[in-house]
Amino acid sequence: MAERHTNLIVASAPHVAAPANTTSIMRDVLIALIPALAVSTYVFGIRAIILSVCCIIFCVFFEWISRKIMKRDNTIGDLSAAVTGLILAFNLPVRLPIWMAAVGCFIAIVVVKQIFGGLGQNFANPAIVGRIALFIGFAGPMASWVINSKMSPAILAVAEVDAVTGATPLGLLAAGQQVPTNLEMFLGLISGSMGEISAAALILGGIYLIIRKVISPAIPVSFLATVAVLSLVFGLDPIFQLCAGGVMLGAIFMATDYVTSPITTSGRIIFGIGCGLFTMLIRVYASYPEGVSFAILLMNILTPHIDRLTRHKTFKPAEGGAAK
Amino acid sequence: MGLTKRLNGVHVDHSKNTAGMAIKRMEDPEKVYIPMSQNIGAPCKPLVKAGDAVKVGQLIGDSEGRISAPIHSSVSGTVEAVIQGMTQYGKTDTSIVIKSDGKRELADTVVPPEINSFEDFINAARDSGVVGLGGASFPMAAKLNIKPGSVDYLIINGAECEPYITVDHAVMVTYTRDIVDGIRNIMKWLQIPNAVIGIEGNKPDAIAAFREVLAGDSAIKVHELRQIYPQGAERVIIYETTGRVVSYGMLPLNAGCIVSNVSSVLKLQHYIKTGVPLVSKAVTVDGNIVVNPQNVEVPIGTMISDVIEYCGGLKEEPKKIVLGGPMMGRAIPRDDLAVMKANSAILCFNGDFAQQRKETACINCGRCVATCPMSLMPAKISRAFKDKDVEALMELDVLYCMDCGSCAYVCPARKPLNFEFRQAKAMVMEASKK
Repeated sequence: MAERHTNLIVASAPHVAAPANTTSIMRDVLIALIPALAVSTYVFGIRAIILSVCCIIFCVFFEWISRKIMKRDNTIGDLSAAVTGLILAFNLPVRLPIWMAAVGCFIAIVVVKQIFGGLGQNFANPAIVGRIALFIGFAGPMASWVINSKMSPAILAVAEVDAVTGATPLGLLAAGQQVPTNLEMFLGLISGSMGEISAAALILGGIYLIIRKVISPAIPVSFLATVAVLSLVFGLDPIFQLCAGGVMLGAIFMATDYVTSPITTSGRIIFGIGCGLFTMLIRVYASYPEGVSFAILLMNILTPHIDRLTRHKTFKPAEGGAAK
Repeated sequence: MGLTKRLNGVHVDHSKNTAGMAIKRMEDPEKVYIPMSQNIGAPCKPLVKAGDAVKVGQLIGDSEGRISAPIHSSVSGTVEAVIQGMTQYGKTDTSIVIKSDGKRELADTVVPPEINSFEDFINAARDSGVVGLGGASFPMAAKLNIKPGSVDYLIINGAECEPYITVDHAVMVTYTRDIVDGIRNIMKWLQIPNAVIGIEGNKPDAIAAFREVLAGDSAIKVHELRQIYPQGAERVIIYETTGRVVSYGMLPLNAGCIVSNVSSVLKLQHYIKTGVPLVSKAVTVDGNIVVNPQNVEVPIGTMISDVIEYCGGLKEEPKKIVLGGPMMGRAIPRDDLAVMKANSAILCFNGDFAQQRKETACINCGRCVATCPMSLMPAKISRAFKDKDVEALMELDVLYCMDCGSCAYVCPARKPLNFEFRQAKAMVMEASKK
């Protein structure tokens, strides 16, 4: 008589699962941000790492404490709060006082994410709202751009001798000054928010995410293509526009946030085009030199409507009726 | 043929560890426990009682039901008892316990049937005891009993798209000619002009074997299916091979098609050729703890634990045993249950594999949406199910879900999506009754 087993686990099929889970996806996003952090550390110095680590710690702490107060299960292990922290840090000037960064983290995690129910429930990207709140609340420090000798001569040219802050390339363009070369722009030898400066490093991270199938190319490609096309329409240099400001960071890492972007490929393309369109309209017509955050936030709000318009059609006979 | 729509699916690790292994016939176990409910439709009533001597192929259970298939003894020996016991489906059912004498003597009734008409053919299909061996267990005679000439496509399902399972593959390369003969018989008596054998591209030897046997036959085609799960799902294989769209609530017949699993055709042909009805079934015994994974021809009614022992037993304590493939198979609570006609695999896994998946929040990643072969919106359906919103569930076409599990497989939040949808479908059905 064969040995018998009578207490086996009974569970519903499927009994296998794809390797990717929420934590591994968030870990991949953190890994993809490393090249950009490395360039920022080279350009801005150790302060880039200090700001990043602080924002991660604040976000994870706020996630933990708010879940605890709301008597919900602990979710810091999914790494989504760490991702929000790092992306928010990338959106801040490197010398921003740490306590202001903490305010941004609080708004991102507590106000935008946890009050709405936590991961998956927020209608807007937490890091973007955190950045916009700081931008409005602390306008001065949020527009204080560190400059140094590692950067393009064009950025240093207009600054006073011994100045520690200066203009961003978009600021130079708005003021009608000489802008950095496209190569300097692409590599990231420029001033700006801490993690947005190096298009090359951000693209490298984006390629990693696409290869790992963490993101689909739909949003970044449609976003960037729209920016390029509209640059030509407005008579601007498309390479400069793509590498300047937060376009790369936004297109690759922020507009692709699953929770706040459409769920179908066609919806994502519409979303990306919308982001590109609003970015360029703000850059060209509005009083702010940069518009990526506002563009993405606006499209976040439109996402449920885009989802409704781009729902997949069920596979069934054309007449729709089912013969019984 | 150009298909207008490319059905989605998911790339699942094939894990076809037993591919290329011949099917070994296991020796009779000491006892078999033959359940009387082995098909969709009416269960059978026992025709023997304790103490009766039986032989292989002897009729031991039958039903008057229009949709039913008779049951035959899988061993020669003596009926020990007629009992009520638990089946694989977790239900209590009548089973006939037969003590084997190990001689495998054939019953006198085992003679090839004489077939001169469509009615003879349908009777033979019934007497063969064959049911849909792809897992559906629909009686073959009921499936084939159509108005001759009313169907123009016979689709033979050799996709075997589930991981691990390789018995259909083994059968296709070993009995290529018999399967083709079986296909030709069905085409002849049902007056079906075209047949297509759908085989997933990961079995090039099976495709080549059929192409060789079928050289010069333009009525039967071999269709290489894409290597993506679930190409073998009925609605998917019909679309892939003929371009016809069969939806929820429709039978393949409504689209002029009959779909049959390759092993079902072989078992029917085997009966027509030899008179031996369906008394054994080939199963893949695999997983991550079986000592000698292999393909085994098992007498119907053999305890699953006996089959595992025949394969050398297990390297460690099993935590999960799945009948069928890991995508759609059923996890059974215990292994002292009988093998039934439609089983295709016994997969044994240890605790590492069987770990319960911890469900987390949906992050709206869209993997399920990009995966659903029926182009449903699983993430949205899940939300509507959580809200118990029957109207939204209907509007989202939840009834079209075929429970293939692709969405749950890819879900990074580990949500049991198709399990939810099964309940959602029940909710919708219940509401539409009112």
